[in-house]
Amino acid sequence: MKKIMVMLMFVLIAGLVFAGGEQEQGSSDVIKIGVFEPMTGANAAGGAMEVEGIKLANKLYPEVLGKKVEVVIVDNKSDKVEAANAAARLVDKEKVTAIIGSWGSSFSMAAGSIVKEAQIPTVGASCTNPLVTMGNDYYFRVCFIDTFQGAVMANYAYKEVGARKVAIVQEISNDYSVGLAKFFTDEFKRLTGDENAIVAVSNYNTGDMDFTAQVTNLKSLNPDAVFAPGNYTESALLIKQARELGMDVPFLGGDTWEAPEFLDVGKKNVEGAYFSTFFTTEIPITETSEIFIDEYRKEYNKEPAAVTALGFDAYMVILDAIERAGSDDPVAVRDAIATTKGYPGAAGIITLDATGDAVKNAVIKTVKDGNFAFVTTIVPE
Amino acid sequence: MSVQLFFQHLANGLSLGSLYALIAIGYTMVYGILRLINFAHGEIFMIGAYTAFYLVTLTFLPWFAAFVVALGITCILGMGVERIAYRPLRDHPRISVMISAIGASFFIQNLAIVIFGGRPKTFPVPPMFGTIITIGGVNIVSITFIIPIITLIALFVLLFIVNKTKTGMAMRAVSTDHETARLMAINVDNIISITFAIGSTLAAIGGIMWGLKYPQLLPIMGLIPGLKCFIAAVVGGIGNIKGAVLGGFLLGLMEIMIIAFLPALSGYRDAFAFVLLIVILLVRPSGILGSVQGEKV
Repeated sequence: MKKIMVMLMFVLIAGLVFAGGEQEQGSSDVIKIGVFEPMTGANAAGGAMEVEGIKLANKLYPEVLGKKVEVVIVDNKSDKVEAANAAARLVDKEKVTAIIGSWGSSFSMAAGSIVKEAQIPTVGASCTNPLVTMGNDYYFRVCFIDTFQGAVMANYAYKEVGARKVAIVQEISNDYSVGLAKFFTDEFKRLTGDENAIVAVSNYNTGDMDFTAQVTNLKSLNPDAVFAPGNYTESALLIKQARELGMDVPFLGGDTWEAPEFLDVGKKNVEGAYFSTFFTTEIPITETSEIFIDEYRKEYNKEPAAVTALGFDAYMVILDAIERAGSDDPVAVRDAIATTKGYPGAAGIITLDATGDAVKNAVIKTVKDGNFAFVTTIVPE
Repeated sequence: MSVQLFFQHLANGLSLGSLYALIAIGYTMVYGILRLINFAHGEIFMIGAYTAFYLVTLTFLPWFAAFVVALGITCILGMGVERIAYRPLRDHPRISVMISAIGASFFIQNLAIVIFGGRPKTFPVPPMFGTIITIGGVNIVSITFIIPIITLIALFVLLFIVNKTKTGMAMRAVSTDHETARLMAINVDNIISITFAIGSTLAAIGGIMWGLKYPQLLPIMGLIPGLKCFIAAVVGGIGNIKGAVLGGFLLGLMEIMIIAFLPALSGYRDAFAFVLLIVILLVRPSGILGSVQGEKV
């Protein structure tokens, strides 16, 4: 009797699942674009900034092929496992046409095999680690990659800061941080011609708050500058503790530093920190940039961050591809994205190379009087 | 390693250790009385920090008044958690209460994400806590001196309450045997409420100190300190208040020193804390200061 009951339950549950599946496929007047971003946890501010850009783009351009575009946002909780779950949910349950995400290269990489197997084209906004798109025909991105970003910062440290000995502090559990540190190291050693130009490599974990031991070690080695790519809050706490321990050399970082939390937590300690990023409101590159900047200021009443512009661009590139493909079939959309050429995005002209990466200028910013300030633009060779 | 460098590391370690010690006291006290590992302790700690943050930024209270009010609010909240999640299970097996504690922990954490949002908040640090003092080339932030003092004050106040007052005597009686204590006309529910009130206040003090030292608040901020201080309490001998302070200082010092002497291992400091827990559980399960006692039947 019990067995029969159990079997009956299974049949009922299975019935419910399949019924649900059929219903969702029925609504074809809507095109769904999935978004997986960190909305909670250590990287929540980064995810929130990208989502602002995606929502703005969706508000300004809500239709394609005469159908309404629905943005489905899923939280990946700043966690690699949750990122894979979030992508799987977008693919299996929401049946999206394309996916945008995620802030944090590690999360994008965690979702890579899922979107590849399901053949859903995915466009990263600001995930810069080269491995995100490498060997994955379904992953693209609208930003430059860390081989370029690392070289840019190494050049800046060598030529502008005048550093000859640099210490590195990396977030060991973060693919973005470790990758960027490596590319910086390669280029900096090449520039100085000195195998020992990197005096120390110190590690920490995502979520760490105490860096006094690492800083005390580095201080005793007297580097000319510190390169510390990593999450905005950890980096701000790191610089704060370095200043408190009497270390006054310049700190350099990557695009992840451009978050209001970096300024709030770091306050006067982060003044004069340099980092590379994608875009600045001082130099609107295309007509789309101007529309984006105006609309963003109207909507949110503040200045947009670079990753917000990239979130905006990721949506626009997908929309453009759907239009060119003339269909919302994921594989057709994928082929159209792959041939994106000269698309005028908010954060610059987007042309995707064979790997699916955009080739773009980098912008160097610094912290001045409690705000991010534009320093210079660097064009790839 | 130069002497100056060593003393800088020592100062860093003591500073971190005193913070662990402060939070571990509350952990261990609740365990000592109730034989319950209060997994929601880290969450009460987080609520304490957030309450202080909102009182300072949204009201006109000066920071010290705001901190005191925050302690009061967190204390009431901690008693509320006991009332809702633990009291109804008083006569159930201990494992049920522990599961309920884990549930309470997750519930508060997720509620905090909904109410406070997932983006980090910056804790307002009054200038007096951020001044830097240099002694013989060793740089120390003033909060580094304040935390150990508060930890020691908390330790002595708590020892006084437990050992010298009537309430303390009742607490010790309850910790030995609920049923017999009840027969001796001790109001067990009240005593346990008081225990949670003290424990939660200590967690809130810990939360505020944490915010002053690392001015960044997140709904998940209680998780790692909660686990670390649980380890500190076990290392010192869980249930033993002096042991918790000792364990906290030891854990903080060891974490800093392992990075100081073995910089290559700096990514493994959390792992190191758990290895320490395993070693202690294997070698001396009752902790450094804990007394060996048989399981009550």
